[in-house]
Amino acid sequence: MAEFRITDTVDITDVVCPVTFVKAKVALEELEEGEILSIHMNDGEPVQNVPRSIKEEGHRVLKLIHNDDGTYDLIVQKTEA
Amino acid sequence: MAADYATLKAGGFMRQKQKDMFSMRLRVVGGTVTAQQLKAIAEAAEKFGHSYVHLTSRQGVEIPFIRLEEIDEVKDFLAASDVQPGVCGPRVRTVTACQGGRCCPSGCIDALEIAEELDRRYFGRQLPHKFKFGVTGCQNNCLKAEENDLGVKGGMVIDWNREECIFCGVCEKACRRGAISITDGEIRVAPDQCNHCGRCVTACPTGAWKGSEGFLVSFGGTFGNDIQKGREILPVIRDRETLLRVADAAIDYFADNAQPGERFAKTLERLGWESFTEKMLNAYSG
Ligand code: HEM
Ligand code: SF4
Ligand code: SF4
Ligand code: SF4
Repeated sequence: MAEFRITDTVDITDVVCPVTFVKAKVALEELEEGEILSIHMNDGEPVQNVPRSIKEEGHRVLKLIHNDDGTYDLIVQKTEA
Repeated sequence: MAADYATLKAGGFMRQKQKDMFSMRLRVVGGTVTAQQLKAIAEAAEKFGHSYVHLTSRQGVEIPFIRLEEIDEVKDFLAASDVQPGVCGPRVRTVTACQGGRCCPSGCIDALEIAEELDRRYFGRQLPHKFKFGVTGCQNNCLKAEENDLGVKGGMVIDWNREECIFCGVCEKACRRGAISITDGEIRVAPDQCNHCGRCVTACPTGAWKGSEGFLVSFGGTFGNDIQKGREILPVIRDRETLLRVADAAIDYFADNAQPGERFAKTLERLGWESFTEKMLNAYSG
């Protein structure tokens, strides 16, 4: 997606809740304030819950991209509390 | 002197199989007991009972093995720490609740506050049979609303604000009911698919979804010898005044129409749901 300058990506399709969120959170910790992470996730529980958890941590959710293979990419901007 | 077991039972003392021994039921609202009350309960169990309490299936606390001749003494002892006896028999029982919106991230309503209001209004009221209220904070239904004669479930009445929406697409997936569809700058909700869970509100990163408190009420649940799931027959209730009006009408209907010893589910089955539903819709509309 050209509209976002993605700094890093993390794939959480290889883990299940609640580790999905933990993995995404750890990846966000590596970034600087304002940088953008793309989180690759599965349908079902991850896409229902991870965006909300990311929001509750105070980060900015910018977009949820639907991929053709049934996975999703959540575009998140790191925001310090 | 012969003990008046009916009066004792009404006052929360249940006769045990052991001669002249009673299990004392305490008044608990919404599963909340203060530390001070707990201390007094512990002390009473040591002093008058067998040094333990029983936690009932509906958030009640009982102190077993209270001796007949010490009943007044234990009542006074507990009253000093604001612990009241509960009730048993054909009347409104313990009003149960989850922690709801006060503590739980999923909570749509203050379940405890609603339980306290219902308790103030109805607790102990004499009826043809027992009558149970339960309040759960959201669709996760930790408190199992539908197993009560009257169950209250918290929900959210949702509203979308275009100006704040960045069309990120999160809500469409957060909704487990498939009620939200996003197409070219427009968000639509299928009203009959929405169960007012409020997940769109909590998931939306910008606050474009606003939610206000709502109540989903179920009637005629019972989970003892016979099992019936309470039924939701009304649209979502949007304010507490209407909730109480509906509760008043339901409990009055039970008082007026139930035969002695007949649970609400049986009354509704016997008389049919149509006329009851009509009455509830009238109460709903005010
Ligand atoms: C059975 C094994 C494990 C379980 C059940 C588990 C569970 C959890 C849970 C529930 C959290 C809290 C998530 C939250 O913030 O809400 C967490 C956080 C975390 N875990 Fe684990 N974990 C396990 C093993 C590990 C291992 C082996 C590592 C590292 C090698 C690890 C690293 C972390 C990290 C870095 C966090 C994030 C701490 C934070 O910033 O909050 N965990 N884990
Ligand atoms: S029913 Fe909802 S509000 Fe109540 S404890 Fe469960 S998740 Fe929380
Ligand atoms: S989650 Fe909020 S910002 Fe994103 S599409 Fe839905 S309403 Fe719009
Ligand atoms: S309240 Fe729940 S069911 Fe209704 S649209 Fe929002 S997420 Fe879907």
